[in-house]
Amino acid sequence: MKAYNLTHLKELESEAIFILREVAAQFERSGLLFSGGKDSIVVAHLARKAFHPGKLPFPLVHIDTGHNFPETIEFRDQFVKNINAKLIVGSVQKAIDEGKAVEESGFNASRNALQTVALLETIEENKFDACIGGARRDEEKARAKERFFSHRDEFSQWDPKHQRPELWNLFNGRKNYGEHFRIFPISNWTEMDVWQYIMYEDIEIPSIYKAHERKVFIRDGVIMADSDFINKRPEEVTEQRIVRFRTIGDMTCTGAIASSASSLTEIIDEVSASRVTERGTRADDKRSEAAMEDRKKDGYF
Amino acid sequence: MKEKGYLDMELLRFTTAGSVDDGKSTLIGRLLYDSKSIFEDQYDAIEETSKRRGDENINLALLTDGLRAEREQGITIDVAYRYFATPRRKFIIADTPGHIQYTRNMVTGASTANMALILVDARKGVVEQTHRHTFIATLLGIPHIVFCINKMDLVNYDEDKFYQIKEEVEAFASKLDIHDVRFIPISALKGDNVVHKSENMEWYRGETLLYLLETIHIGSDYNHIDCRFPVQYVIRPHSDEYHDYRGYAGRVAGGVFKPGDEVMVLPSGFTSKIKNIDTFEGTISEAYAPLSVTITLEDEIDISRGDMIIRSNNQPKIGQDIDLMLCWFNERKLVPNGKYALRHTTMEARCLVKSILYKVDINTLHRKEDDKEVNMNDIARVKIRTTKPLFYDRYNRNRSTGSVILIDEGTNETVAAGMIV
Repeated sequence: MKAYNLTHLKELESEAIFILREVAAQFERSGLLFSGGKDSIVVAHLARKAFHPGKLPFPLVHIDTGHNFPETIEFRDQFVKNINAKLIVGSVQKAIDEGKAVEESGFNASRNALQTVALLETIEENKFDACIGGARRDEEKARAKERFFSHRDEFSQWDPKHQRPELWNLFNGRKNYGEHFRIFPISNWTEMDVWQYIMYEDIEIPSIYKAHERKVFIRDGVIMADSDFINKRPEEVTEQRIVRFRTIGDMTCTGAIASSASSLTEIIDEVSASRVTERGTRADDKRSEAAMEDRKKDGYF
Repeated sequence: MKEKGYLDMELLRFTTAGSVDDGKSTLIGRLLYDSKSIFEDQYDAIEETSKRRGDENINLALLTDGLRAEREQGITIDVAYRYFATPRRKFIIADTPGHIQYTRNMVTGASTANMALILVDARKGVVEQTHRHTFIATLLGIPHIVFCINKMDLVNYDEDKFYQIKEEVEAFASKLDIHDVRFIPISALKGDNVVHKSENMEWYRGETLLYLLETIHIGSDYNHIDCRFPVQYVIRPHSDEYHDYRGYAGRVAGGVFKPGDEVMVLPSGFTSKIKNIDTFEGTISEAYAPLSVTITLEDEIDISRGDMIIRSNNQPKIGQDIDLMLCWFNERKLVPNGKYALRHTTMEARCLVKSILYKVDINTLHRKEDDKEVNMNDIARVKIRTTKPLFYDRYNRNRSTGSVILIDEGTNETVAAGMIV
C-alpha cells in the first residue's frame, strides 16, 4: 500500500495554486506584479499551472524604475512572449516627468521608494482590486507578519496591527469600493524552496542570477554593479569581477556577491552554505530598522 | 535513518504554546540555531538591538517581532511564522504570543498545524495556562500534541518530577479528545533532548524533540477516506485546442479521487463519472488532500464555485442549521440574532446566530450557561442558520469541510472562526 504523502515542494505548490485560483474567483480585476526576479517568475509559473489549460486570467504588471538591469528587461519581454501573457508597465520615469515623484539625489540615490508612486498610479489606472506579489515571510521581519490576503485601504495603506486573522483555507477578500488586496501565494516558501522549485521545474531565470563577469565597485562593503544610474564617489573605483546576484532589484540598490556558481546545483549549494540572508545585499532595507515596514505601510510591494 | 534528498522532504507545520517564562523563545531559538537556520546578518542585527535595549541575553523574539510597535513594546502582537529545515523535513512554526489576544492568535496558528508543542515549566508543573493551551490545541483538532517539560536542569533532571507532571497532564487530558500525546523532558537552555540526546537524563529512553519532529507519522493527518472536492473555480479556455473543455479546479478536501470514479455533485445531486484529473504536467491517476487539481467529468453538468463533488455512497451532511464551537476574534462582541457573512470551503453564504448555548471557561473547561456575552477571545457553543445548505462534515472528521469563518458585513473583518460540532 502506498502512503498518501506530498513532498514539501508539492504541498507548497498546491497551497500557492489554491491561493491563485482564489484570487481569480474572489476578485474582478487582478494583476500579477512581475519584477523579473526569481520570486515573481515562480509565481507566474504557478499561475500558469493554476489555470491550465486556460490562459492567465490576469496581466503581468511590471513597475519599471528605468534603473533595471538590461538583462532583466530582456528576460521579461521574452518571458511574456513565451507564456503568451499580457504585460502592463507602470513607469517611475513617467511619474517623475509628470511631477508626481521627485528623484532622490546624492550618492545613495535610488528610485526604490519612488516605485510606490508608480505602483499606486498603475493600480488606480487599471482599477486593480487585487495585486499578486512574490513576497515571502522568511525574507524580512515585516513581511513575516503578512497575510496571504493582505488588505489595503483606499490610500493603499497597510495596517499591520489590524490584520484579519487567516484560518484554514478560508480567505476573506471582502472590501469596500476603492480598497484593494495584495496577495502573496508563496508566503510560506523560503529562499531555498524557491531555488529547489526552480531546479525541479526547470524554470528559466535571468542570466544575472548565475556567475558572470561584470564591472563592479565596492560601497559600504557591498559589491555594486557599475552603471550610468549610480553616482560613484571619487574614491570608488571599478574593477572586473566574477559575481552573481542573489536577488534582483534596481541596479542602484542591489548588491552582487562574489561567486562562481553558474549552475542551479551550485547556486543551491551556495545558498545552503550561506550564513547571511539574501536581503543582506539590499541597500533599500538598510536605511533603518523598520525600513520595510514603513515602505509597506505606504503601499510598497 | 537514511538522509533524503530535497525531493523526498515532507512539510510539517507546528505551533508553539507557552509564555516567555516557559522558555518558548529559547526553545525555538535553539531549534533554529542548531539547525543553522539563523543567518549571521539576522543574528548581528538582533544582537545589536538587544544590547541597545539593555537585554541581558540575545533576545531571539526580535527575529520575528518585525513590527515597530512590537519591538518598541517588547511584545508579540501577531502570529509569527518561522521556517527551518533539516535534511529530512521542512518545518513551519506558527509562534503565537503568550498573553495578548492569546486565544485569537493560538487558534489562528493552530488551524493548519500538524503538531502542537506545549511548554511546561518543570518547576511549576501544570498551571492554568497549560489547561488553556491543551484545550485550544484539542479544539482545533491538532493531531499530535507534545508536552515539553522544560527547565529540567533547574530540577536536577529529576525523573520523579517529570513523571509527576506527566500524570497531571494525563489526568486533565483524559477529559479531552486527544489521540496522540507525547512527553519529553528537556532543557531548552542547555540543549538537553532538543536536538541532542541528554546525558543528564539516562532514565529517559524516548526520542529527542527534533527526532520526533522529523519522524512523526503525518501521512494520516488528512482525511483520505471521505471523498470531498469543493469546486473552487471553473476553467473554460474557449480556445481552439480546448474548445469544449470544462474543468473543475479545486483542492481535494478529503478522500482519494480516481478517473472512472462514480461521483455526485452537490447541491444538484446529478451523477457522472470522473473523466480525467488534470494538472499542468498532464493527467494523474489519483488525487488526494491537499492536492490542487482540475477534474473533468464525462457528462456536461452545470457546476459552479461552491458546489461539491463527492462519492454518492459517502455523502457529507447537508443542512442549514449548524452547531458550532465559535472562537470570537473581534473587539465588537457577538450580536445575538445578528447576521454575518459566512465562508465554508469555497462557498459563501449568510447566517443568523440563532442561539448561544454556553460559553467555555478555557481554564477550567466548565460551561458557563448563564453568561452569554461573547467577547473577543471567548469560545462559545452556538447554533446558526445559513441562507443556503452547507455540505459539511464534523470538524473532528475533516478540518477542511468542518470549518467556517464569520465576517462582519459592515466592516468586512473576519470576526470569528467556527468548528462544526
